[in-house]
Amino acid sequence: MVDPLPHTGLAGRAAEVATARPRPRRRVVRLQGHRAADRAYSVLTTAAAAAVPLLLLVIAVVVTMGAWPALRQFGLGFLTSSDWDPVRNVYGVAPAIYGTLVTSFLALLIATPLAVGAAVFLTEYSPEWLRRPAAFLIDLLAAIPSVIFGLWAIFVLVPILREHVMPFLRDTLGLGATPFFSGPAYGPSLLAASLILAVMILPYISAVSREVLAAVPRSQREAALALGATQWEMIRSAVIPFARSGILGGVILGLGRALGETMAVTMVIGNRQEISASLFAPGYTLASAIANQFSEATGDLQLSALMAAGFVLFVVTLIVNAGARWLVWRTGRLAR
Amino acid sequence: MATIEARALGAAAPATPPRVRAGRLSAGFGPVTAIRDITLDIADRHITAIIGPSGCGKSTFLRALNRMHETVPRAWARGTVLLDEHDIYADDVDAVAVRRLVGMVFQRPTAFPTMSIRQNVAAGLRIAPREERQHEEEAVEHALRRAALWDEVKDRLDDSALALSGGQQQRLCIARALAIEPEILLLDEPTASLDPISTEKVEQLVHTLREQVAVVIVTHNMQQAARVSDTTAFFLSGELVEVAPTRTMFTHPADERTEAYITGRFG
Amino acid sequence: MKATRLQLRRKLTGRIMGALAYLAAAAAVLPLLLVFGYLLLKGASSVNLDFFLHMPRPVGVPGGGMANAIIGTLMLVGVASLLGVPIGIGAGMYLAEHGNAPLATSVRFLADVLNGLPSIVIGIFAWQLLVRPVGHFSAAAGGIALGLMMIPTVTRTTEEMVLTVPTALREAALALGYARWRTALRIVLPTALGGVITGVLIAVARVAGETAPLLFTSLGNQFWSVSLTQPISAIPLQVFNYAISAYDELHAQAWAGAVVLIALVLVISLGARAVVGRGFARGND
Repeated sequence: MVDPLPHTGLAGRAAEVATARPRPRRRVVRLQGHRAADRAYSVLTTAAAAAVPLLLLVIAVVVTMGAWPALRQFGLGFLTSSDWDPVRNVYGVAPAIYGTLVTSFLALLIATPLAVGAAVFLTEYSPEWLRRPAAFLIDLLAAIPSVIFGLWAIFVLVPILREHVMPFLRDTLGLGATPFFSGPAYGPSLLAASLILAVMILPYISAVSREVLAAVPRSQREAALALGATQWEMIRSAVIPFARSGILGGVILGLGRALGETMAVTMVIGNRQEISASLFAPGYTLASAIANQFSEATGDLQLSALMAAGFVLFVVTLIVNAGARWLVWRTGRLAR
Repeated sequence: MATIEARALGAAAPATPPRVRAGRLSAGFGPVTAIRDITLDIADRHITAIIGPSGCGKSTFLRALNRMHETVPRAWARGTVLLDEHDIYADDVDAVAVRRLVGMVFQRPTAFPTMSIRQNVAAGLRIAPREERQHEEEAVEHALRRAALWDEVKDRLDDSALALSGGQQQRLCIARALAIEPEILLLDEPTASLDPISTEKVEQLVHTLREQVAVVIVTHNMQQAARVSDTTAFFLSGELVEVAPTRTMFTHPADERTEAYITGRFG
Repeated sequence: MKATRLQLRRKLTGRIMGALAYLAAAAAVLPLLLVFGYLLLKGASSVNLDFFLHMPRPVGVPGGGMANAIIGTLMLVGVASLLGVPIGIGAGMYLAEHGNAPLATSVRFLADVLNGLPSIVIGIFAWQLLVRPVGHFSAAAGGIALGLMMIPTVTRTTEEMVLTVPTALREAALALGYARWRTALRIVLPTALGGVITGVLIAVARVAGETAPLLFTSLGNQFWSVSLTQPISAIPLQVFNYAISAYDELHAQAWAGAVVLIALVLVISLGARAVVGRGFARGND
């Protein structure tokens, strides 16, 4: 059993203070004012939150409405036709879809190994002191405006491709025999667009990969190491499988960026309405077609056709992004 | 049940009428009932300790006394809580108004990090209805003196509250609660996160407050209840098992479950 | 014990993979260094006082600048912030308070989806909604397009930062008799303010460099204009137009514009990091 302790010191002093101040008794009452303020606060924040889905809905409706005349006129043929003739008023976006897919997938092909490799290096191999600065530099790549990449590509990347890389691939390596690396080396090309896209999506894939790799529980790593695995075997057998779907999510997120990237691509792709197997040939993407033609478009139907290109882009990126987010979220849940 | 209530009222009844009377108070979250049919009086100028094992509902009971309980999603409460004979759960009573009359201090110090020491103490004053607003400087000093913190902070009232130690921050929170001249003061394990020296200071402070207001202190530390309180109530599984003058409770508990708990056989 | 062939091979594989990862990281950093290097090489010499104070001049006339584009970018970002910041912060507060409510879950998801929407789509949307009916391009339309793009970033960072504010702090304010709105605006938001400002700055940095949404909204303007109802120039638009022009003189201006733009974006982004470092949302645990 415990006995109360004796109390000294503070008690007397505080008691003195207490008596100094008579205290009127108050009653609980209904307050005025704050209920209305609370309701206003609640309404305002809810409205702000609701603005997000509403905005997406309005974008969908407005873009669809703008695209409607062209979609009605050309139907599914809009996606498969290569005609783009303001004189005859016939429009199709097959070359733009082709260019979008080719540049995006080539960009992914180049960026993914580099981004994932860099993420593995930063989370698994890097010395502690290098980790933050190196991650910072890669992240910084995402902060560079698209137009600056375009500028750099026009004046640095494209000349190098034209003078050195393209002749080297075509003639020195003899890849000109394949349809993919044949034809004259103009410079502005699907290849140039793919390379600049690869640079631009790299930080996104790398950031997500780093995040999911870091989320792999310590216990998974230790279990592998305890079995006698080398560091690489631990990464291959315990870390990568755990992070795989998250990394895939990051890659798809990068795909979403690549599909819709506009300025840098517009500046180096050459903007020509044709489907060519050669990566040396100029081409179009959905986004670059819009950027390049919209302000010069004359007829209503041409504008509508460009809106329809935007509509296709909207739908595709919506699906791609939703899928990517879902994959990343799922990994996050698994790790918890 | 009936005998417990009778004993409770008899044992705890002081000369003045109770400030707070909980009547058949039940509360919980969604389908879970945290406290069931609690009937308990809180005497004025008197320290009531509530003890019990974790999950016994002692915090829920405390939070039901100033309608903080209902700020948690899906929380519900039934029964009455009379504050000076006025039911705080009546339809025409506003929860925010109730909280302005009841001071509360939490487990961890909750000094507002963006405010100075002075602003922290005055935080409750500044929102009082105009007719109740007191002279701020005076009220801040008075509250800090009552919380036995004045001498330690009087020269740096405009420093950030985060510059204070954990124990000082907790006394700052008590000062903040006292500044609004509460009718009762609720302390929810106020020393749970403090070191022994800070704990002792807060305990001494709590003991002095009995001269001024009704205090309810929830604690998982029986020695603390024994040291600071006048009356002790023992909660178990959401029910009030026993309430008695502290000395009686710790020397001759009436209920065998109480005895089991205070002698350390469970909990 | 002698190392067997298998052990040697395992060791070698490990070494090679480590080296490859290292090379990948080096390759990932390389483009950044190249871009920055060329910006300094080609742009720095063209940035001078004239660039900030003068208007664009015809080819052949020296001393031209981008004064109109600089003021244009500032105005566009200002309009964008007026729209994007309050909505983003409001939505972020809502998300932080409503956890897993159905609206909150879908807002969170759709904010991420909106964030991934190509900026050119926002551009044609704003054109269809704000330019076409009015009949002419305007700074306001461009600012609004950029503002819409800020919402998802501000929303998500606000939520994240508000969630770092300890529940105990909210409860302390409520127990003191603070109403819900006052708790949110006087206690929770100020405590999370550093992080919220960071989110706003990141969003600002991002839209300050955007070009695509401006192509058919604010359009660009060779002349001085500070009117919201008239077309207005912006640094990225000017960089784009000069870059695809045929004149070396304008190319030099484009590089100079790029240097100024990247400096602006970096100062804002690094500023954002600095704010984070300064002890926001320091709880008590």
